[in-house]
Amino acid sequence: MTAPQLKEPRTPSGRSRNNAEKWSWVFMRVSGPILLVLIVTHLFVNLMTGDGISQIDFAFVAGKLAHPFWQWFDFTMLVLAMLHGFNGMRLLINDYARRPGSRKLLHSLLGTATLVVIVLGTLVLFTFDPCPAGADPDLLPTFCEDVA
Amino acid sequence: MTATAESSAPAGEIPAITVTLRILRTIPEGTEEHGPGESYWQEFTIEAHATDRVLDALHKIKWEQDGSLAFRRSCAHGVCGSDAMRINARNRLACKTLLKDLNPAKPIIVEPLKGLPVEKDLIVDMEPFFASYREIMPFLMPTGAVPERERLQSPADRQKFDDTTKCILCAACTTSCPVFWTDGQYFGPQAIVGAHRFIFDSRDEGQWERLEVLNDKAGVWKCRTAFNCTEACPRGIEVTKAISEVKKALTTGEF
Repeated sequence: MTAPQLKEPRTPSGRSRNNAEKWSWVFMRVSGPILLVLIVTHLFVNLMTGDGISQIDFAFVAGKLAHPFWQWFDFTMLVLAMLHGFNGMRLLINDYARRPGSRKLLHSLLGTATLVVIVLGTLVLFTFDPCPAGADPDLLPTFCEDVA
Repeated sequence: MTATAESSAPAGEIPAITVTLRILRTIPEGTEEHGPGESYWQEFTIEAHATDRVLDALHKIKWEQDGSLAFRRSCAHGVCGSDAMRINARNRLACKTLLKDLNPAKPIIVEPLKGLPVEKDLIVDMEPFFASYREIMPFLMPTGAVPERERLQSPADRQKFDDTTKCILCAACTTSCPVFWTDGQYFGPQAIVGAHRFIFDSRDEGQWERLEVLNDKAGVWKCRTAFNCTEACPRGIEVTKAISEVKKALTTGEF
């Protein structure tokens, strides 16, 4: 039996060319802590301040979404959470889907779902009408009276 | 007070215990009851001492009950790394695992390493594992003229990769890795440990060649920090830490 052939040392080519997997890893590392802060803040504001869970109704959500700060807060949370989840699922598919066909199918399903949720969510966040015409005033946020 | 050597109890004889081993067997030629290459469980009951190792139990079976039982072992003292196997669902060296640490009241389950093709009984084909190791070029790659005397290194520089020099290539870490089980393309923890040993060696100049290999799709980014490898390593190498240091070297360029 002959000794297995060792690879010839390559001439240094500087830095790696394909860094996609590296950036995917860095993204997970960065978005994780940011999401932690965003989600804990989201839960705290919604559930711990004011009347707690009983305050959540249409008026509460509409009041929040009428403010640009919460629009951008929710937008950041939406995009980061979806991309973080997308990337995690992508890695799981890479690890566990063996056949190239099923891998491709699962990847396209995942990409479609991610895109649909991000687009729909963004649309709602920025086109939301907190004071729909003809609605019961008791259900609307207080500032709707000034508008009407 | 005078010494009372005569009153102390004599060194007690270690009582013999009865142990059952459930071994996952595979005979390529097949037996009368089992087809060629079919895996099946077989139980052996032996008399042993609590201080015996699993390897002693396997020897007892092979020498006294069933000579067809196949397993690797060379030094039998935890240095050569030949007898890594899955004992009670954890990768360990049979020569470093005492029966008394395994609850001998229950059958001890012995399987070949997971994720590598079984050749016979507890013997697996180690070639995919060694192929990954060769990929990362496990040899010193210096530049410049060959010095007349040894290449000097400070103790602090040596300390950086001290942990990863302990590797004995037993494959316990790589075959405990859930990513390696499902994706045989992954280099596995051992190859990264082997690369770490040279990347962090101040005398070596081939860092970026190795880092480029590990930056690949099948490289360090496949690691999900499951810590199975760290738990499995019979040499106590902090494998996951070494992998993280390689990730850090790739992202920051510091090593």
